[in-house]
Amino acid sequence: MPQKQQPRRQSITAGRGARKRDEDSGTDVGEGTDEWVQSKATVRPPDQLDLTDAELKEEFTRILTANNPHAPQNIVRYSFKEGTYKHIGFVNQLAVHYSQDGNLIPKDSDEGRRQHYHAELATGSQESSRLVTSETEILEEEEEPKEAEGEAGSQTDVPATEVAEKVTEEELMTPKPPKERMLTNQFNFSERASQTFNNPLRDRECQMEPPPRTNFSATANQWEIYDAYIEELEKQEKTKEKEKTKTPVAKKMGKMSMRKMTSMESQSDDITKVTQAAKIVERMVNQNTYDDVAQDFKYYEDAADEYRDQEGTLLPLWKFQNDKAKRLAVTALCWNPKYNDLFAVGHGSYDFMKQSRGMLLLYSMKNPSFPEYTFSSESGIMCLDMHVDHPYLVVVGYYDGNVAIYNLKKLQSQPAFRSSAKSGKHTDPVWQVKWQKDDMDNNLNFFSVSSDGRIVSWTLVKSELVHSDIIKLKVEGSTTEGLEGLQLHTVGCGTAFDFHREIDYMFLVGTEEGKIYKCSKSYSSQFLDTYDAHNMAVDAVSWNPYHAKVFMSCSSDWTVKIWDHTIKTPMFIYDLNSAVGDVAWAPYSSTVFAAVTTNGKTHVFDLAINKYEAICNQPVVAKKKNKITHVQFNPIHPIIIVGDDRGHVTCLKLSPNLRKMPKEKKGQEVQKGPAVEIAKLDKLLNLVREVKPKI
Amino acid sequence: MAEVEETLKRIQSHKGVIGTMVVNAEGIPIRTTLDNSTTVQYAGLLHHLTMKAKSTVRDIDPQNDLTFLRIRSKKHEIMVAPDKEYLLIVIQNPCE
Repeated sequence: MPQKQQPRRQSITAGRGARKRDEDSGTDVGEGTDEWVQSKATVRPPDQLDLTDAELKEEFTRILTANNPHAPQNIVRYSFKEGTYKHIGFVNQLAVHYSQDGNLIPKDSDEGRRQHYHAELATGSQESSRLVTSETEILEEEEEPKEAEGEAGSQTDVPATEVAEKVTEEELMTPKPPKERMLTNQFNFSERASQTFNNPLRDRECQMEPPPRTNFSATANQWEIYDAYIEELEKQEKTKEKEKTKTPVAKKMGKMSMRKMTSMESQSDDITKVTQAAKIVERMVNQNTYDDVAQDFKYYEDAADEYRDQEGTLLPLWKFQNDKAKRLAVTALCWNPKYNDLFAVGHGSYDFMKQSRGMLLLYSMKNPSFPEYTFSSESGIMCLDMHVDHPYLVVVGYYDGNVAIYNLKKLQSQPAFRSSAKSGKHTDPVWQVKWQKDDMDNNLNFFSVSSDGRIVSWTLVKSELVHSDIIKLKVEGSTTEGLEGLQLHTVGCGTAFDFHREIDYMFLVGTEEGKIYKCSKSYSSQFLDTYDAHNMAVDAVSWNPYHAKVFMSCSSDWTVKIWDHTIKTPMFIYDLNSAVGDVAWAPYSSTVFAAVTTNGKTHVFDLAINKYEAICNQPVVAKKKNKITHVQFNPIHPIIIVGDDRGHVTCLKLSPNLRKMPKEKKGQEVQKGPAVEIAKLDKLLNLVREVKPKI
Repeated sequence: MAEVEETLKRIQSHKGVIGTMVVNAEGIPIRTTLDNSTTVQYAGLLHHLTMKAKSTVRDIDPQNDLTFLRIRSKKHEIMVAPDKEYLLIVIQNPCE
């Protein structure tokens, strides 16, 4: 307790006075504290008494007691028990000079730190308050000794009150630490509220004109619903297709076609839409007009045949003619292999002094008054053929030696393909053309024969006709020694040919000299066989449709001959008393064939019934002058078409006798088919073969 | 254009054909070879009849459709060819 020394001296001085004033019987504490007293220069008050050593050594005994000097010592209270005032010895000695409540906060705690922080803030900001605090500190320092004095027991009332006053003063003066304010806008958030102005509500009404109304009623049929669905489906498919094929080329094409269509429509006032209907109606009108003919075609069977024994007749049905083809001879006939009512007619001229133009007409039996297709050409048409697999392709041979292909699908008047002088055309009229099976590369190809002696194979490669000579006909033994050993060949003039059905390479060629050559496609230098068939030009050669060995030829020398190609002499010879223009095997029997002669007659033979003469011998043209040029059997119906040199084509129905099948024997089924037909013809041929060697 | 025109001409010139007319979808004749009143009568009546016939055929089987209508009377035969948008009507006397 270093502080105690000075107050002690003071207390000594004061103690003197105090001892005088109040008689305190306190006991002094023994002085044993001098040893650790530090040697310090003592500051003496000026009014200090100078004492001698003796006086200084004089001892005063004072005792410190815990009694309150101010406490009343002689309190008397009335005692009801004893009925007297009594002196109360026990007095409360406690004196309270100063009291302060406080709280302790550890410095390290959050609260402590915070308070410390705020205190600092406060000191920084409030200078004056700090001054005050510093004063109070000084005051406090001053107070302490007094307190200590009080503690020592020599405290007077005055300082005590003073202290109390000062304390209160101090409390008042010390600024209250600034209150911890709530930090505003801690999260940059402002909360504001305001009231907007509310518009007063107002009602307004108006009446508008009612929208136009229509009444609609319909009945939904099943088929209407069906149509709607189909339409929707088509739309969907179209959009799909559009998405798929959006190539610029296709677009262009589409646009082009669209343009064409629109132009067409505007021109024709939509009347083109009845094209199909008009076509059908035309046929119906014709059907009504030629109702009897149609009935005959379908149902009439000549009852008279039964009484005629073997002979038959031809019933004329329709007559086909066209003004444009007037005075043009029918030079070729061909049924369409697919549509059995459609046939092609080639028009030209056989009179070599009067060559003019040519026509290709396609008629349908359903409309005998007008051809379905019409094509005209500058040169006369001499022959034609229709493709089996592509029935819309017609190949024709012209008088000027050209060949051409017409495409019925394309609506154009010119042929789709045509040979030219550069591309190996014939130098003489083309007498026959024939479609062949597609070659190895699936190209279309056909053969042509001409009187210039060449047989040419034409192949349609892309859009070009490529030709190659298969064979050159030479008249055998006609090679003449010319000057200086030059060999001159006389050219044979081919007029007709036919290809074998089964043996692919083999074909027959008829010539103007009357010879028939059996040729092969693979040997161009020599013939497989030569038949001295006729004395005049061969007009037609034709293989039997059933029997692979048999073929037939006709000639202007009035004869028709039937051959076995393994035998050099004919099997049968028929003299028809007029130049024979054409012969044709019937498709339904191996023994039936028809021949037409220039005297206007048609001859139908059935070798199985009569192998000596025709079973039908009938003039079929109106005028006797008319020469019949060609004949063709319909592949299905029992009819033939014959063409004459005036441009007429007549359709004739074969009477039952002309298509008689072998008689039914009781208890035996009628056999049909190619085998039977071959056997039938073989039987006849065997008769001849047996006879021949004998002769 | 020429082809249809020619066909119609041929039909008209055919033996026994009394008249031909083309009627549109509303039953209004747009082309005729007959006089006005007859045409209107034929067109109106036959249009109705054709529509009814078509409806009948399609009601029985929606996938089916009427392709042709031939009316054989004592005096005439009336042929009606309903195309997509037009009716082609031909009146013919087949007995002529």
